[in-house]
Amino acid sequence: MSMLMPVIVGAGPAGIRAAQALAAQGLRPVILDEGLRPGGQIYRQPPPGFSRPKSALYGFEHRKADAVHRTMEGLLSKVEYRPGCLVWNAEGKTLDVLRDGVSTSVPYTHLILATGATDRVLPFPGWLTPGVYTLGGSQVALKHQGCAIGERVAFMGTGPLLYLVAYQYAKAGAKVAAVLDTSRFGDRAAALPGMLRAPGLLAKGLYYMAWLRAHGVPLRSGVRPVAVQGKERVTGLAYRLGDRTHSVDCDAVGFGLALRSETQLASLVGCEFEFNERDRNWTPRRDAAGRSSVPGVYVAGDGAAIGGADAAELAGERAALALLEDAGHPHDARRARALEAGLAANGRVRDALERAFPFPRDWAAGIADDTVVCRCEEVTAGTIRQAAHTTAAHEMNRLKALTRVGMGRCQGRMCGVAAAEVLAHAVGCSPELVGRLRNQPPVKPVPVSVVCLERPKQKAA
Amino acid sequence: MAILKRLAETGRPALTFTFDGQTCSALAGDTVLTAVLTQADRLRVSEFGGGPRAGFCMMGACQDCWVQLEDGGRVRACSTYIEPGMRLQSVALAPTMAPGTLSATAWPEDDAT
Repeated sequence: MSMLMPVIVGAGPAGIRAAQALAAQGLRPVILDEGLRPGGQIYRQPPPGFSRPKSALYGFEHRKADAVHRTMEGLLSKVEYRPGCLVWNAEGKTLDVLRDGVSTSVPYTHLILATGATDRVLPFPGWLTPGVYTLGGSQVALKHQGCAIGERVAFMGTGPLLYLVAYQYAKAGAKVAAVLDTSRFGDRAAALPGMLRAPGLLAKGLYYMAWLRAHGVPLRSGVRPVAVQGKERVTGLAYRLGDRTHSVDCDAVGFGLALRSETQLASLVGCEFEFNERDRNWTPRRDAAGRSSVPGVYVAGDGAAIGGADAAELAGERAALALLEDAGHPHDARRARALEAGLAANGRVRDALERAFPFPRDWAAGIADDTVVCRCEEVTAGTIRQAAHTTAAHEMNRLKALTRVGMGRCQGRMCGVAAAEVLAHAVGCSPELVGRLRNQPPVKPVPVSVVCLERPKQKAA
Repeated sequence: MAILKRLAETGRPALTFTFDGQTCSALAGDTVLTAVLTQADRLRVSEFGGGPRAGFCMMGACQDCWVQLEDGGRVRACSTYIEPGMRLQSVALAPTMAPGTLSATAWPEDDAT
């Protein structure tokens, strides 16, 4: 049993709870965190020397954030926590890890991937303009740096984060010019019965909306973007409501359409993927405990499928219990069943949230041909459509080869969803049928000198 | 003209760096992105369309916020802390100026033909 070398990638709520469960059985997992302090994105901690209390940083969630942070602090002597570590490749039960410019190989016997998520975005004219950020990015600027993304900020998109970030900005003293929701009031009304399963979450959402309204922030529903105004920086945002076009005076835009899972490493270790209807995205196939299709590899938290921070805590612990069971260690089967029940309940709430804040399925069809889809290499929607119509590029990887969409520095993180939606519409099929972009190492840019270094361990294998 | 606006945490020690040759002031604990965008309206220009860019995701995923260092290196501005004396520029170095790149090396074959 001393041969066990568990490695956890990610130190958000899922990674930390997984580490806690492994450490409780005397294992000493290695935790590889791309961040510099534990907490992940949702419970991200400011740099040392910042002074705002956690209640100011995390609002209603400050106790949960604090509990997760304290758990990790208590684990530091029992686990091997390595911050600032980018896992850029995974091959043959070994991870390539870049830290301070030096890459090392980290072998594992068991791997828990708790890699989190980023904002799901779709393009619209002007989205490359300085001052346009994701919703999550807008929140990070405030939480991690004490900054707003502008003087007068318009928030657009859909999902619980839309109202939360707008509320946090207004509370922190920023001027919120408008909150523009792509979902309709009727969507949220229809989701109400399902949302009653999560009264706390529902109450918070209603509170943010009521608070914003009471403070004079215009809230609009059923919105579609027209264009960011301003050439070199944002001077306004034009949007469509019904058949009328409106304009909001702002110097920054925060936008996002819920989240998408970070699955690159699961892809590199060979996990099978399945199309997740609720996420409208490809996610690693997993059992209720988080076992992937690859023995010894587990996925948990938003990196496995979007479930939110509370579910991530449950999923991280559940995956760790599965690891313990698979490795022949004592594990608490009753606890495992309780965690699975909690995750199933969370899944039903997620269904209701998706009903309340549906993905705008019509958006991609309306993206003008000259709008850039791929920020990295500036591939337009027209280029994608032309490839779909004039060649047989009816699948994402072929589309990538022909147009370079998804081939740039972000490796499709920002454009992948949009490219799939535009391609699916051009071909006249569902996004599932255009397939999944395969991932390649390095999953994020690393110096070429790092990639060229040999891996002696690998040669022997 | 700045993009970002400071709302809190302004009592930190100041430090100086340069951006496009101008001496600028930042606060200890600022990311490079915060340090630059609290006084400028771009981090870089796109090597494709030439438009200004100022980052996007703020969490190390989109790779939009790469900034050129005068010494040839590059940093991801959202996830690198500013350091005193850092010298940054918004325009990428020509490949021949960047140490370690192939184009910075003389290739004998180029002269052979």
